[in-house]
Amino acid sequence: MEIFIEYLKAFLVGGFICAIGQVLIDLTKLTPARILVSYVVAGTVLGALGWYQPIIDFAGAGATVPLAGFGSMLAKGMREAIDKDGLLGIFTGGFTACAAGVTAAIVFGLAVALIFKRTDRTRQE
Amino acid sequence: MDISKKEYEQTAKKHAGSSKMYITIPMAFLIGGLICCIGEFFLNMYQQLAGLDFDQASAYTSITLVFLSALFTGFGWYGRIAKHGGAGTLVPITGFANAVVSPALEFKTEGYVLGTGAKMFVIAGPVIVYGIAAAFIYGIIYYIYGFFS
Amino acid sequence: MAEYIKDGTIRLSNGASACSYAAAVGKMEGEGPLGQCFDYISQGAELGEKTWEKAESKLQQYAFEIALSKGKLQKQDISVIFAGDLLNQCTGSAYGLRDSDTPFIGLYGACSTMAESLMLASLYADMRLGYYFAAITSSHFCSAERQFRFPINYGGVRPPTAQWTATASGCCITKSADKPPFIKAVTAGKITDMGVKDANNMGAAMAGAAYDSLSRHMENLKRTPDEYDGIFTGDLGQVGTDILHELFEKRGIDISRVHKDCGLMLYDREKQDVHAGGSGCGCSASVLCAHILPQIAEGKLHNVLFAATGALMSTTMSQQGESIPGISHVVEISDTL
Repeated sequence: MEIFIEYLKAFLVGGFICAIGQVLIDLTKLTPARILVSYVVAGTVLGALGWYQPIIDFAGAGATVPLAGFGSMLAKGMREAIDKDGLLGIFTGGFTACAAGVTAAIVFGLAVALIFKRTDRTRQE
Repeated sequence: MDISKKEYEQTAKKHAGSSKMYITIPMAFLIGGLICCIGEFFLNMYQQLAGLDFDQASAYTSITLVFLSALFTGFGWYGRIAKHGGAGTLVPITGFANAVVSPALEFKTEGYVLGTGAKMFVIAGPVIVYGIAAAFIYGIIYYIYGFFS
Repeated sequence: MAEYIKDGTIRLSNGASACSYAAAVGKMEGEGPLGQCFDYISQGAELGEKTWEKAESKLQQYAFEIALSKGKLQKQDISVIFAGDLLNQCTGSAYGLRDSDTPFIGLYGACSTMAESLMLASLYADMRLGYYFAAITSSHFCSAERQFRFPINYGGVRPPTAQWTATASGCCITKSADKPPFIKAVTAGKITDMGVKDANNMGAAMAGAAYDSLSRHMENLKRTPDEYDGIFTGDLGQVGTDILHELFEKRGIDISRVHKDCGLMLYDREKQDVHAGGSGCGCSASVLCAHILPQIAEGKLHNVLFAATGALMSTTMSQQGESIPGISHVVEISDTL
């Protein structure tokens, strides 16, 4: 039962964060790139204010998987880097925090480009 | 032309059909929520089976989801899911991975350096730029704040 | 000699014949309502090529070759080719026809290029500046998508006003008038910018141009819509079609009875996910060459206006916040001289 509630929380919170994005797309005609940027910056700001951590504590992956979680991670990494390295941390914190996700995207992106053939999306089913 | 721009604008506005929000929003909720549940599954696995702490498990979860998204993009499945998922496939980290992997694959016809390499961040680049910039500004504030507390 | 009426309208005095025409399309277009009519339907979007640009070039080459063979012509018989497409530097035409060894005039009119090239090919034929003239255009979903929008596998969200670029090419060969279909008059379009900025709503950007050119053509030749049994616009899609009807309605003219839009004819919007309809140079070109011209030749249609519409959009200018200029050229085609 406990595990079910945990997934339910992740589903509801994650779904809700995505639904906000859809409302933005439908109503404001914001382009996908702008939506992504807004989410990351919003996540960074919320993370900086300490308001995002409670959502993560509540919903787990429901809060970390959307890009806002990526933003809050940047803020958290920045804090830790400055606590450890002082001024230098301002310059290292951001990239250290997002290193895993970005490196994975670059490496897997390269691998896919090497291995896969381009697919034809005009074949609709 | 016997029609003013203003008059035209009103006519055009009337006929610009809007999205079927009663479909798009629930679909974004559903698919976005499901992707987060897949994340939750890996997050639990890494914590319980591998005994990692939350932050480490969370990082591995991101890597796993990025991997899966790259694979789905390679097979051409991600775009198909996204057709229904809308923001539900855009907002999760899988959407970020799709934004990196799809140009890498698409532009390989222009070579691995000038195509794949140069165009990889053509969509996702702004996310990194403004994410890092926002974090940088926060870092300055946090650093200065540190002297007063 | 062709006779200049006024304001861009020219009446062809000798007339020109569309003597051979062919359309080559992709799989999805082949599955649409006009699927039976096309001369060549590709199984995949690649056409056996490694890149989308080459695939589009090949499609255009096919349309040209099939039109030649249907008219029992050799490429040496063609005096001038008028061709264009959507891509930068008219890639599809320049590379598709680079082995044609025939005088070539490259055109850019975005999705209106088929009417533009047919207009010029007909005028050349009317004035007997050679023997046979080819008007060719093409578009390809994948090559257009990667140049104007996103990589093919990117999961971007398309708004309902967006249109689907047709993977299609059409070629029409003209000569001095001998048998129908005859090209009788043409009107060159004016660049018409109605202030529409949304690059995902091309129909709205082009409907004003279609209205301007169509009404100018009919006014200059003192015609009414009732004298035609078909007014075909290029690719306004559903949104642009609705706007066009309303614009005419405001002047008390009802064109909805005779008006059809190629962008809505090429696909089955119920079954095929093309949002507001088809678009691209190849959309109106393939509908013209596979449906409209054969219908006139068979006597099922008698007097037709073909008004391909184009959005002369530059992605750079669009990002700089500029609105989208539209254009539409009109060609009057008939089964009598």
